[in-house]
Amino acid sequence: MGYVLQMKNISKTFGEVAALHDVNFEVGDNEIVGLLGDNGAGKSTLVKIITGYHQPDTGGEVLWKGAPLEHFSVARAHAIGIEVVYQERALADKQSLWRNIFMGRELTTAGGKLDVKRMRAETLKLMHSAMGFTSSAITTESTVKTFSGGERQGVAITRALYFRAELVILDEPTMGLSISETRKALDFVRSIKAAGKSAIFIDHNIFHVYPVADRIVVLDRGTIAGQFMKNELTLQELTDRLYDVAKTGNLKT
Amino acid sequence: MSSDEIARPLSKTARRGPTSRFLRKYALQLGIVAVALIVWVLFLIGAPRTFLSKEIYVSFMSTTPYFALIAIPLTLVIITGEIDLSFASVMSFGMVGYDVVFVATGSVWLGFFACLVCGLIAGLVNGMIVVKFGVPSLVATIGTWYLWRGVVLVITNGTGLGMTATTTTALHDIVVGRVFGLIPMQFFWTIGVGAIIWFFLNRHRFGAHVYLTGDNIESARLMGVNVGRVKILAFTIVGLVAAFAGFVVSAELLFYWPTLGDGYQLTTIASVFLGGTSVFGGTGTIFGTFVASFIIGAINAGIVASGLTNFWTQLIYGLIIVASVSIQTLLGRKLT
Repeated sequence: MGYVLQMKNISKTFGEVAALHDVNFEVGDNEIVGLLGDNGAGKSTLVKIITGYHQPDTGGEVLWKGAPLEHFSVARAHAIGIEVVYQERALADKQSLWRNIFMGRELTTAGGKLDVKRMRAETLKLMHSAMGFTSSAITTESTVKTFSGGERQGVAITRALYFRAELVILDEPTMGLSISETRKALDFVRSIKAAGKSAIFIDHNIFHVYPVADRIVVLDRGTIAGQFMKNELTLQELTDRLYDVAKTGNLKT
Repeated sequence: MSSDEIARPLSKTARRGPTSRFLRKYALQLGIVAVALIVWVLFLIGAPRTFLSKEIYVSFMSTTPYFALIAIPLTLVIITGEIDLSFASVMSFGMVGYDVVFVATGSVWLGFFACLVCGLIAGLVNGMIVVKFGVPSLVATIGTWYLWRGVVLVITNGTGLGMTATTTTALHDIVVGRVFGLIPMQFFWTIGVGAIIWFFLNRHRFGAHVYLTGDNIESARLMGVNVGRVKILAFTIVGLVAAFAGFVVSAELLFYWPTLGDGYQLTTIASVFLGGTSVFGGTGTIFGTFVASFIIGAINAGIVASGLTNFWTQLIYGLIIVASVSIQTLLGRKLT
């Protein structure tokens, strides 16, 4: 199997604090990787390196489809097809739905003039197809702060899909969602797999990660504590081992 | 029960028919127009002789642009979640550029050009201090407010400059001439600056990023918006327009006083907040600021015409700022 993303010997320190230490991490073609870890394990830092928001310390290497990524940035990550659905959901509350969908990637005509008409039309199309908003109460002009948690997640997920992501990173997408909304989010992860794309699914709830992931990676205190293919392990075995990780910092594989 | 189930009844109330949606969307703009009409009627009753003559309206169109011009770009800065208090000194700093270059070359046009360049630089410096050093803009621009005023006083040694030389050039007519011998050109400049900035705020990528930066700076950054550049540009535009406004005042009065700009702080900031721009960033309109600045201008004239002393103006402007910011905050909480 080929890899979309390979990270070799990645470290990241903030001042005195080592958030990541010598991490080797990869995502295969059309693979859903579940990334588990406690708060402060370094999950968010790892994600922010993948999205170009943080630069890793020197010595590490990031490869995209086998080619090294240099001068990596958020814009470049977008351009090559890395999309994130953040836990804080990355929406601008006081702005309209269409402005949120096209946030940072506005459709423009010559000279940077906004193509408002096209953005509204595209948003309307997405509302009925991907987001499943059928209520006449929501329009392209609705401000996002009036939306429910599930609706907001839908906006963020749809935004990722619209921009033809190759690798979708879901940062705790089920946090704060109701049971039915969680199921919707998990269905979306399956749809990424069905569409032939890859995803990194970050959560600390193993019951959400286990059913949809192909491979599970456990991060602990800035290092990879262990990883395994899902079919090697039952959910019960995984749960037991995670308790061990919490105690010893190591996962028996 | 999940958190969104609790939120749901609230979000239902936020969704009504299209008429209600229109009212909601333009609530602030409609509100400010209503306030303008009420203020006008009050003054018509309070001082009918003044407010029924056309002179007072010509006077509004002549003097309101002094601060309305700056309030318009200042709206951009406040939408990004920052503030600029230094613009009054920048008005004078720009004119120092004019002063020095005019005295050296004798050219009004070169002086005017130098004035704009000085304003541009002053605005850029504000933006750089805020973005590159991470100093809160409130503190940074209090600093530059005194800094530029100090530079002005040191260079001019406190003495002013006659501006009669401008009347021999077309520039005077272009900037502060009278159309049909009546309507001051600075009024059209205010509309022009308003229209241009409205376009960039509402119909250009720059404006979209201005709103996103002020609304949720973290997500804007995560989505690849260059928030630093957006803020620097907003500050720079304020500096440029402040210098232009300084030239307008000096050309109109035919004299440049080094203290130029003192007294416009309150009126300018009051215009932006009265116009409905959020003190928390993320929302605000050019239309609101434009209408509000004429309300402020009318209040100034109205106070005097109603027989109150000029001492009342500061009290009333202060009250307007406090009241409009408080009302906005309360309403904002209700509507969420």
